[in-house]
This record gives sequence, C-alpha cells and structure tokens, in this order.
Amino acid sequence: MQAVTENKTFTPKIVAFCCNWCSYAGADLAGTSRLSYPANVKIIRVPCSCRVNPLFILRAFQRGADGVILCGCHPGDCHYSTGNYYARRRMTLLFSMLDYLGIERERTRVEWVSAAEGNKFAATMNDFVQTITALGENVKLGDLRCKQ
Amino acid sequence: MQAIAEKIKAKALELLENGTVNRVLGWEDGEMPYDRTPAVFTKDELAELKYDHFCGANLSKYLIAETKKDGKVLALLKPCDTYSFNQLIKEHRINRDNVYVLGIPCRGKVDVRKLRARGIEGILSIEDDGTTITVHTLYGDETCPREEALLERCLCCKGKEHKAFDEVIADDKPYVEPGHDRFEMVDKLQAMSSEERFAFWQGELSKCIRCNACRNVCPACSCLSCVFDNANSGVSSKANVDPFEEQMFHIVRAYHVAGRCTDCGECSRVCPQGIPLHLLNRKFIKDVDTFYGEYQPGEDTDSRGPLTNFTKGDVEPSIVYGGDK
Amino acid sequence: MFKLSMDRIQELLSSLGTVLAPVESAGQVNFGVWSADATLRLDALHTVKSPKDAFFPQTEELARFKLEGKNISVGVPEIKDEPFVLFGVRACDARSFDILDRVFLSDPVDVGYATRRNLGTVVTLACSRPGETCFCQTFGIDPSEPAGDVSTWIDGGFLYWKPVTEKGEKLTETVKALFEETDDSAVEAAKANIRAILDRLPLKDLSLEGWGGDVLMEKFSDEKWEEISSACLGCGTCTFVCPTCQCYDIRDFDTGNGVQRYRCWDSCMYKDFTMMAHGTPRPTQLQRFRQRFMHKLVYFPSNNEGMFSCVGCGRCVAKCPVSSHIVKVIKTFGEGNK
Repeated sequence: MQAVTENKTFTPKIVAFCCNWCSYAGADLAGTSRLSYPANVKIIRVPCSCRVNPLFILRAFQRGADGVILCGCHPGDCHYSTGNYYARRRMTLLFSMLDYLGIERERTRVEWVSAAEGNKFAATMNDFVQTITALGENVKLGDLRCKQ
Repeated sequence: MQAIAEKIKAKALELLENGTVNRVLGWEDGEMPYDRTPAVFTKDELAELKYDHFCGANLSKYLIAETKKDGKVLALLKPCDTYSFNQLIKEHRINRDNVYVLGIPCRGKVDVRKLRARGIEGILSIEDDGTTITVHTLYGDETCPREEALLERCLCCKGKEHKAFDEVIADDKPYVEPGHDRFEMVDKLQAMSSEERFAFWQGELSKCIRCNACRNVCPACSCLSCVFDNANSGVSSKANVDPFEEQMFHIVRAYHVAGRCTDCGECSRVCPQGIPLHLLNRKFIKDVDTFYGEYQPGEDTDSRGPLTNFTKGDVEPSIVYGGDK
Repeated sequence: MFKLSMDRIQELLSSLGTVLAPVESAGQVNFGVWSADATLRLDALHTVKSPKDAFFPQTEELARFKLEGKNISVGVPEIKDEPFVLFGVRACDARSFDILDRVFLSDPVDVGYATRRNLGTVVTLACSRPGETCFCQTFGIDPSEPAGDVSTWIDGGFLYWKPVTEKGEKLTETVKALFEETDDSAVEAAKANIRAILDRLPLKDLSLEGWGGDVLMEKFSDEKWEEISSACLGCGTCTFVCPTCQCYDIRDFDTGNGVQRYRCWDSCMYKDFTMMAHGTPRPTQLQRFRQRFMHKLVYFPSNNEGMFSCVGCGRCVAKCPVSSHIVKVIKTFGEGNK
C-alpha cells in the first residue's frame, strides 16, 4: 500500500453514480462550461440516487474502482420528491459498515449536485480524485480475478 | 422447566381438542442430549413435544410455510421469537388468521458450542439446575456456570414480554436476565484502528464456507429467491472464490436485514465456523439507533422501519468521516 | 514402530516439507498450512471442514479465457507440483479418501485430484478421545488403528509413528533421524484404552440394516421423508463439512476482461443444484433432502459394491442447525435400530 501511495504515477479509477435529473445535468454543465475534471472519473447515469443498491457500490470496488461517489439532487429537490432522502440513509449505513470492516471510509462519498452546479461538480470530482490518489490503490475491497 | 413443558403440553392438548388448532409447531427431541429439531405435531404425536433449555431455534420462520396450509397451527413462541413473528406479519409473510400464538416463558437457552469451547467432550447428558450446568461426559463430569453457557442472544435478553400472542403461559418462577450490553463488542471494534478492524474481520470472514445457514435460518431473510442464488445476478458464486466475496456476501446479507433484524441471533447460533455474524447486524442496529432514533424491529406490526422512512433533517453520510473513532 | 517426544513435534513437522495440519484460526480448527507460528491443534477431534480440501479444494480454477482481437486465448492453470504431508488425519477422514478415490480416480480420471492425491502423504492420528457424535464403527472403521500412509498415536507425551504404505516408508526415511525405535507395547495399551471408550459411545450400536444398494424404490417412495425433511433449512452446512460429499458445480466468472472458469463444491440441499435449462429436477426441499441421504446410503453402495458414502465422522450431527442429520435418517428408516 505504502509503495503505491508513494508512486506518483498512480491514477485512480473513480466511479461516479449520477442521478439523471440533477447531477448528470450538473456534469453536463461542467462540460459545456469547459470546466475540467479528471478523465478517470467514470460516470454511470442512474434514474435517481436511490436507484443505487449497496451491491452497485461493492461491485464497482470488485471490478477495480478505487473510489465510488454518489451524486444526487439536493435533499428536497428530488425529481421523485423523496428518493434522495432514502439514498441518504442507505449510504450512511453502508459507509459506516465499510468503515466498521476496516475499509478506508474516504473511498466512498455522497455529494448533492444540482443541474445548475457545474462548478460544484467539477470541484467535487477534483477533490475526490485527489483524496483517492493520496489514499492509493484499493487493495482491501478488490477482487483479484478482475485485476489479472 | 419440566413443569412448564407439561403446562405447554396440556394447553396444546386443550386447544387441539376444542378445535382451535389442528396441529402444533414446537420442538422434538433428537439423538443427542442437546439436539432439538423444530417439528409439527398432531394430537397423537404430542407426547414427543419437548421444551427445555436447548430449544433455542426460532420457530417464527417456519410459520411462513405453515400458515399457507389448511387449518390453524399452534405456534409456541418464546418472547424473543415474537419479535420475528411481528416483523414477518408486518412484511405480509405470515397469514395471521392461520396461526394461534401461545407465548411460552424462557429462562435463557444453552449453547452447546459454548460448552464444547470449554473443552467439554463426549457429552452424554446435561443437567441444568438454574445456576449451574452439569455435563456428564465419557471422560467424567464437568460443570459450567449457567450464564457462561447461554446463547449470546440470551445474555442480552430483550425481556420476558411477548410482543404477539393469543395466550401466554406465565413463568412459575422468577428469572433475572443476565442483562449484558449488546453493543459492548461493537464498541470495542469501533475503538480499534481501521487496520485492526480489517484484520479482525478478515480472520472471521475468511472462515466462511458459504453454506448459507445464516441466511436460511434468518427470519428476516424471507425472499423467495435470493440475489446470491440467481445465476444472472453476477454475484452468485456458490463459494468464496476470492476473499472479496466473503466481504460482499456478509455485507449484503447484514444490510438486507438492516432495520428489520430483531437481533434474534440465529445467524451466529447456526454458523458452523462460529463467525460472530450478530456483530454485523448489531452495527446496523447501533447506527440506526444513533442516527435515526432508537428502533426495535418486531415490537409492533405497523411502524415504518428506519430504511423505509426518512426525515428532512437526517444526518449526511459524511458523518462517517467524523475523525477517527 | 518409532517414537518421538511431543516436545519435539515442531521439529518433526518442520522436517516434513509442506505440512497441512489441524490449526486454529479465529477460534476454529481447520486443516491449514502449518508453520511454526500456527496454533497446532492435534487435540481437536474434528476440524470444522474435513481434510478433503487438500485433494478436492472447495474452489479450483479450471481455465481462463481472454478475448484478444478476434482470438480467444485459453489458459489452463498449472497444478501445483509440490509434495505435501497431510498430518493428523483421523481414521474416519482417512476412509473418506477411499470413497473420494472411487469417484475421482475412476474413468475419466480427475487430473487435479489424481495429481494432488499422488503428491500428498497421509499421516493419520488415532482418536484418543472419541466424541458422542462419532459412529465410524458403524462403517467398520477402527479409530484406534487408523489407516493412511503412516499411522500415529499420541500417548503419554509421545508420538508413536508407524509407516503403513510404501509412501509412508519413504516419508519415514526422511525423518528417521528424529525418532527412536520402540516396541508396540505402549501403542497396544493406548489402543485398548480407545476401544474401552468406543464401547461406551452412545451411537456404537447404530445399525445400517435396511440400507444398501438394493432398496432403492422402497426407500425412495417411503412417506417418512416428508416428516423428517420438514425442518431442513436447505443450507449447505452438512454438505460442506462432510468428508465424503463430492458434488461440484462448474461456473464462469466474468472478470471484466475475460472469463474465469472454476469448479466449486455444490450442495444438493441448494435449490439451484443440477439446474438445467428446463429448471431443476428436484423442486422441493423434500426431494433435495432425500437426494443427499439416498446418495450416501443407497445410490453410492449400489454403484460401489456396497460401500456407503458416509464415514461416521459426526460433523453433520454436531453442526446441523436443526439436527436433521444422517443418524436421524438412518434410525428413522433403518430396521436395525428399533
């Protein structure tokens, strides 16, 4: 782990689940506004942040993600009224469980990004990528078979 | 305990004879002095019904199948079993009209594995006088303070009150629950560094043989088909081919029952490798209590569970990053 | 007959090359690679899992496929070509290898199993303290005189070592310097002690009368299966702790950049056991439960000159969450246990 952290060329793989109505549009705005964020952030569009099942997060790690971030509408602004409230509870409990199992808690994050927040989207991704780069490769929650 | 067993039998016979029920769900004696198998008895078989300190198995899950059959079944439920029963009623898994619940008293159930862990081998018979367990073995007699032989769940007993019943048989003698703090070990783990926690769970989870006993015995795991049995889900491996799968299986198993788990402890009781699975469930219980207010699943049949509910002012997931615990 | 003080057991094990022995990890004893730091538990009567893992591992990679351009490359992993010693195997588990041999060494021979079987030398250990769940005697196994390549006894602070097969002799040659030669008297006394205990086991009279290869239809259509299977949870505990269960599944795992084909133990208690395109041939738990015991007590003896596919180790008796185990089945149907 230490060796990887010190390796300056380490480029983490980041998976970002973005809700269709706010955060995905926010990512779009970041793009059209020509704001840059690292290319190693892979966006997966979901209908709502509450579509994200804990298994999705685990599977992302299994398949080699070093960090997973979930972005949705701000609480109160969900396209489906309440979806993100449920997502918030689910992710809180899941992240807490990962932490309990000894997996670095910084590898997972939830951020609320509206369609108008292209700036916030880019800043969030930049910050998250930085955090994960500093943290190094995900070795605790990966599947060796997927790395070969 | 013998007197209580007789009372239960007499009551069951009465209910069978007056036509309230046509069969009884209880426990029958097995081959070993500690073997008890959940079984259904007709009036003629009632003599084989057994109730003692080894009847730990939670019968409520069997009611899913039993209440689909014709006629009413008499279910013998210990206080803690009634929480699971309520939860299954809430989830529309049990047909309440087809079951008559007889609440039966409990003074804690003995875990034969705790006796074995003390090095007791060759068990021939076991006596329980309420304070001491005496085991007659091939290699002589051994004793064990009763409290040290109780199932984990019984050390943290939820109390003597039945949360669902049609009738209750009261205990004839006083019994004081051991009253251990059920979050003691969770707190201990949280106080460790994340590397220590990781090592602890790696050690425990790497023993997993993926027999699915924890899942199949769980009254909250009542899906007709589990994601881990679905070949198209991409996660059904049947075995832990990679250590990742141990983590994934156990996180998802515990997560799926979060907010619904009554802490009946069956998962830990049945694990052939002695993995303390209840510590995963209790972590979720503790988090729910801390973040969303205390909630005991199975206390009622109509409240909304913490994961099917929310408030606008809920904590943000970033609360998990709040510095090293 | 040779002997060695138990104080020098570490010396012996470290001279044997790669050793798999009962070691304790996170509170449970299982066969694992022995090292000087491991907690050796030769006193544990049974490991949770049987030692069959050494020859028939719970999971085993069979092939790896990778798409490169228009070609699919197929890689077959090499089977480890390193001799090893399986140390501290009990008499019942030693017999289980004979049963597994029938399955995996008959035509077509299972290459992985055969290779590992050849590489492994089995050192057995007599049971000085049999348990209440033991019924190996029912299958004619003598835990005071375990089979294997080398038989050993632990008594009075000494390990007694007796090579049995040619393989055992060869292994003995490599460590002979550690031993001193002795006569049979101490071991004979130990055997007599064990036999005295065996006479007091609660399951010593368990009879297999009424079971065997020729009672197929009669047992298959018996109505008692319904009652006895009703409590079964459909978990795989009994199958996975069993030393003789041999069923497996072959599956493909999509790694994202290829496919890994692996073999893993399967359990007839699972509802997707032998799943085919049309569905499963055993849709109810009753049928699945019946399959397990019919296989051990009827189908297997029918195909193998009366050899039962159970060795009476008692693991399922101790581990079944609802105590619906093979002893109960044998007694419920068998004629000899009334």
